[in-house]
Amino acid sequence: MSFANTIRRRLILLVFVVFGVSVVTFVISHLIPGDPARMMAGERATNETVAHIRAELGLDKPVPVQYIEYVRGLLHGNFGISIRTQRPVIDDILLFFPATIELAVAALLLAIILGIPLGVLSAVAKDRAVDQVSRTISVTGISTPAFWLGLLLIYVFYGRLGILPGSGRIASDIPPPPAVTGFYTIDALIAGDGRAFVSALTHLVLPALTLGFIHLGIVTRQIRSAMLEVLQEDYIRTAKASGISRARIVFHYALRNALIPSVTMIGLAFGDLLYGAVLTETVFAWPGMGNYVVQSITALDFPAIMGFTVVASTAYVLLNMLVDLVYMALDPQIREVG
Amino acid sequence: MANTELMEGKPPVAVAPGGGLLDWRYVRYRFAHSPLALLGLAIILFVLAVMALAPWIAPYDPARLDLLHRLAPPGPLHWFGTDQVGRDILSRIIWGSRVSVTVGFGIVAISMLCGTALGAFSGLAGGGIDTAIMRVMDVLLSFPSFVMAMALAAALGPNLTNAMLAIAVVRIPFYVRLARGQALSLRERPYVKAAETFGASRIHIVIRHIIPNAMAPIIVQSTLDIGVAILTASALSFIGLGAQEPTAEWGAMVASGRDFLLDQWWYPTFPGLAILVTAVGFNLLGDGLRDIFDPRLRGK
Repeated sequence: MSFANTIRRRLILLVFVVFGVSVVTFVISHLIPGDPARMMAGERATNETVAHIRAELGLDKPVPVQYIEYVRGLLHGNFGISIRTQRPVIDDILLFFPATIELAVAALLLAIILGIPLGVLSAVAKDRAVDQVSRTISVTGISTPAFWLGLLLIYVFYGRLGILPGSGRIASDIPPPPAVTGFYTIDALIAGDGRAFVSALTHLVLPALTLGFIHLGIVTRQIRSAMLEVLQEDYIRTAKASGISRARIVFHYALRNALIPSVTMIGLAFGDLLYGAVLTETVFAWPGMGNYVVQSITALDFPAIMGFTVVASTAYVLLNMLVDLVYMALDPQIREVG
Repeated sequence: MANTELMEGKPPVAVAPGGGLLDWRYVRYRFAHSPLALLGLAIILFVLAVMALAPWIAPYDPARLDLLHRLAPPGPLHWFGTDQVGRDILSRIIWGSRVSVTVGFGIVAISMLCGTALGAFSGLAGGGIDTAIMRVMDVLLSFPSFVMAMALAAALGPNLTNAMLAIAVVRIPFYVRLARGQALSLRERPYVKAAETFGASRIHIVIRHIIPNAMAPIIVQSTLDIGVAILTASALSFIGLGAQEPTAEWGAMVASGRDFLLDQWWYPTFPGLAILVTAVGFNLLGDGLRDIFDPRLRGK
């Protein structure tokens, strides 16, 4: 399969996904018992005010018309107005998205840096004590409720030891660095603001550890099983027979090949970080998309929920496409066979 | 949901050679030589025992208020301490197992039954029907499933039954895909062809031949899924979309304990530990089963 083919297939899927997401979220938003116009107007508003807001939001029109208007808006990047924040949903998303990405990237880096050596060790020493320990760590990782781990870390490092902050992205008395990438750590470095950098980094540690630990399990398992598979190959046996050192066999021959299938899994795991991020952000009051969507759901703010779901699904499909492309670039066999 | 990509990406394959009956002696042998799988099984049996024996082993009534002993630290009277209205946390965890674990089983049962039926049907129907069903599943699998579950649970109204339904619905596509793959490979088998030749109805073939033979990988997947389901349901309860006070549900207990974290650490800690231990049990057992049923790993 060629690059162009993969891109085309994924983009077609993307159209269906966005269509599907828009239908599903639209239907859901019309199933809810609450009246968004009344919620927006407040409890004491008169019926006329509510009717006025309803007309303003287009809620008095027939449902199919509302749907068509909604999709037309989506195509123009107009996701509607958030009932809770009273701001355009797209502005809210642009505001909160970088925080989530910063957290997810930091968590994924942690998971990869720790997970690859652990997975390799586990495969090389299969069924020995090291392997059992590493498998226990990885199973614990995937079995840990993210929200609970976050609370424990806050208790220990903020409550007891007092060495790390327990909530937010940056200390309240430090102004956020001017936005370039949207990542506070990187933006602080660009601005040459040492104090802001240290503050942003220390705020990032606990949430990233929480989210990273959950994914450490996924990375370790994947690397272990890919390594086990590769270590069975004929060329490894040949390499052993040729007297090449064990370290060179493991890192030069086996790991390089084991990383290829792992790219897919780790890439997909990045999409899953969204799930963990929702809970982690709630616990750490991290001002990202996860926190935003939880608050929107609690307030039954459906324009915001729909906007978030559409953006998240689009990102997910695009990420899958990127993963496929990287996979193809790494493994020439797939390019030629397909 | 999180934690499951690995399982979905690599479904466990086939049963005994030929896809026929299980070789139980082999299964027992492998099990006996897999300490982690045995540990998983032991944990699950322990949790099931706690569920069954809750009325006899819980030291207190889980709903009994004791305002004189509010937020008592762990001690001889209350091993895991008490909450803000003096309820015994250990007793609530013991009774809560009936809620949290049952919900996990319920989610998997619903998604497995619906997904397997639809997947088997799709694989056997083939042609346009199959393509249409699978494209819809592709689209559903591209949704961030936890967010969809949250939105569904919020729309249906925040309670435990709705949370369970919401999670089950978003997990159906995984089973559809798995069962369809099985159906595609099984329908080419000689005994299925033979049944077709004898004029057996499609329903008969699905019930008598496809489903029994496709079950092993589906059972492995569902064992791993129970852990995920328990975690997800507790997560929805934690953010207020699942079980509500005063239900003793583990996720909801962590949520209420959150406000007391810094001074009464035991309150959110022990219910969360119960979730962790139970999920570890199902994941260890599921991993062990997968190793046993996956012929590619045999002999390694």
